[in-house]
Amino acid sequence: MNKNLTAIAAAALLAGTAQAGTLVINTDDQNPAPKAAFEYAIDSFKAANPDVTVEWNNFDREGYKTRIRNFLTADAPDVATWYPGNRMAPFVDAGLFMDISDVWAAEGLDTEMASTQATMTRDGKQYMIPYSYYQWGIYYRKDLFDKVGVTVPETWDELLAASATLKENGITPFTIGSKFKWTTGGWFDYLNLRSNGYEFHMDLTSGKVPYTDSRVQAVFDRWDELVGNGYFIDNHATYNWQEGMAPMVQGDAAMYLIGNFAVAPFKEAGLTEDQLGFFQFPEITKGMPMAEDAPADAFFIPAGAKNVEDAKKFMAHIASPEVQTEMNKILGQLPPSSAAQVNDDPYLNAGFKMLSNAYALAQFYDRDAPAAMAKAGMDGFQEYMVKPDRRQAILENLDRVVDRVYK
Amino acid sequence: MFALYVVWPIGQSLALSFYQWDGLSDPTYIGWDNYIELWYDPTFLVALKNNLIWLVLYMLAVPLGLGIALLLNQTVTGIRLIKSLFFFPFVISQVVVGLVFAWFYDPNNGLLNIVLAWFGFDPVSILSDEDLVTYGIIAAGLWPQTAYCMILYLTGLNSVSPDVVEAGKIDGAQGFRMLWSVVLPQLRPATFIAVVVTVIGALRSFDLIAIMTQGGPYQQSQVLAYYMYEQALSEYGYRMGYGSAIAAVLFAIMMVYIVGFLVKMYRDERGL
Repeated sequence: MNKNLTAIAAAALLAGTAQAGTLVINTDDQNPAPKAAFEYAIDSFKAANPDVTVEWNNFDREGYKTRIRNFLTADAPDVATWYPGNRMAPFVDAGLFMDISDVWAAEGLDTEMASTQATMTRDGKQYMIPYSYYQWGIYYRKDLFDKVGVTVPETWDELLAASATLKENGITPFTIGSKFKWTTGGWFDYLNLRSNGYEFHMDLTSGKVPYTDSRVQAVFDRWDELVGNGYFIDNHATYNWQEGMAPMVQGDAAMYLIGNFAVAPFKEAGLTEDQLGFFQFPEITKGMPMAEDAPADAFFIPAGAKNVEDAKKFMAHIASPEVQTEMNKILGQLPPSSAAQVNDDPYLNAGFKMLSNAYALAQFYDRDAPAAMAKAGMDGFQEYMVKPDRRQAILENLDRVVDRVYK
Repeated sequence: MFALYVVWPIGQSLALSFYQWDGLSDPTYIGWDNYIELWYDPTFLVALKNNLIWLVLYMLAVPLGLGIALLLNQTVTGIRLIKSLFFFPFVISQVVVGLVFAWFYDPNNGLLNIVLAWFGFDPVSILSDEDLVTYGIIAAGLWPQTAYCMILYLTGLNSVSPDVVEAGKIDGAQGFRMLWSVVLPQLRPATFIAVVVTVIGALRSFDLIAIMTQGGPYQQSQVLAYYMYEQALSEYGYRMGYGSAIAAVLFAIMMVYIVGFLVKMYRDERGL
């Protein structure tokens, strides 16, 4: 009996030593393309580091948002995925993310990933490494534009004129699905970035400016020019973003302000590359440097990681140009590393060109603003789009939220 | 066991409602601040109002269930099959009910608007109309809840004594009079259960809201149970203390209702 126990103890000890070479990775997307991209990253890492055993847990995206809070405090993996910017802030502040500035310095990422560095940084230290990002902009039906004789607008007035022409021809200019309210955040971001610029966007999302400020009012004045003329589809609050694509696929609406992830479902719904086009959100304030929304997805090392050495190796692997190129080829998105190659695709080429020339990159309203503010803000934007006459009351209510959130 | 699994969590969540806590860092004691904020929170007031609407309208399930039960309480061939069909809505998950009704209400392709169009009405988008949305969801909720009340009354009707009904007939009671004075008093236990589960069902209304609107458009279909979840546990929430404060209010409402009802039942039984 005693012998048996010793044997078990010895086995446990052996297992314990074997654990040293195990790398636990948690990821958050089970859709086919992201899953394949993670698989590629892990397989190529294993090939380069045959002595490391990788244990990979892939969760669904929504469930992960709750789980991360449990596994970070209870049983931390060695590497995991999350969102940068203000979404990582509470975890960083609670000391749950490991400072990986040394990996950034060692791999020369300060230059290779300069465009996304700011959002990976908190208090001067880097906590995440991005593996992919994508552009936002206006996706439109080329054939409908041709049919009514409008061209791609480059200024706000041209956009309004194009919308008027489309509307006269029985085509709703813009579709949107606002049941899940973040799509309205895209509209607010772009109207704000184009009217007031990137610095103002950051000041507003970090609580330095009230929502009743005249510059925010100016954003809503522009928005009024669309909402007030019926340039958005009816009943958009009933639809999620995928359902919002239907009017455009059916030819009842012509444009959709959305992220590049919409291209794949648009194509699945039957639109060809001859029909579906992309253009940059037009200029509003003349001469305002153009900043874009380009949310990134990233990896981090939890503070409780057991195998830090291999975790850092994995981070360096993710940051390498080859892995960035290949992962984003699978994902159909853009590699954050400037040394990586962009997959040859008309939407990605357009997006890459736009983002390379961008004055600055914003993460998106709900990642730049703290979660509680983003929630209230996007509720307000949705309400405004349905009941534009309540604008003043909505903005005053947002000011109350500002007082609470940033105190 | 009761203390461990019921009393302790209730106490803990009441205590938490006096703290500000994001679930990660240390909780900070803030006294009554969460409750004061609730008082000025427009969404909370909407949720409270909607909860009252839910309580009142959800009660329709009780008479509706009774009506269907009386209708089905006869011996005809195939009645068992019909009874099971009527019970069917309660068997399927609330999530499915929510989805079915969301499609039913769809402004473009939904059955409701196709039917309305036959009668020449303009299409309505119930789930994105702030005035109609709560009623739309309650209607969806009534569907399974009525079935539940029906089954309670069907079992109750089995135990209605035929002798007493016979005696009532001899005394000249008919129709509504018979129902009110003879049958219903014997159904009192069934009514009691039906009302209690309906009250609790109305206050807990969560699944349908999560599936059909997520509290939208812009929080107008919010109820306390979902608002608590949203504040304490959803993607944009993690305000545990505030969520607990909402839970405490919900708990208080339930207690008032249930205690009031128990007291009334107790008095009735003692014939006071």
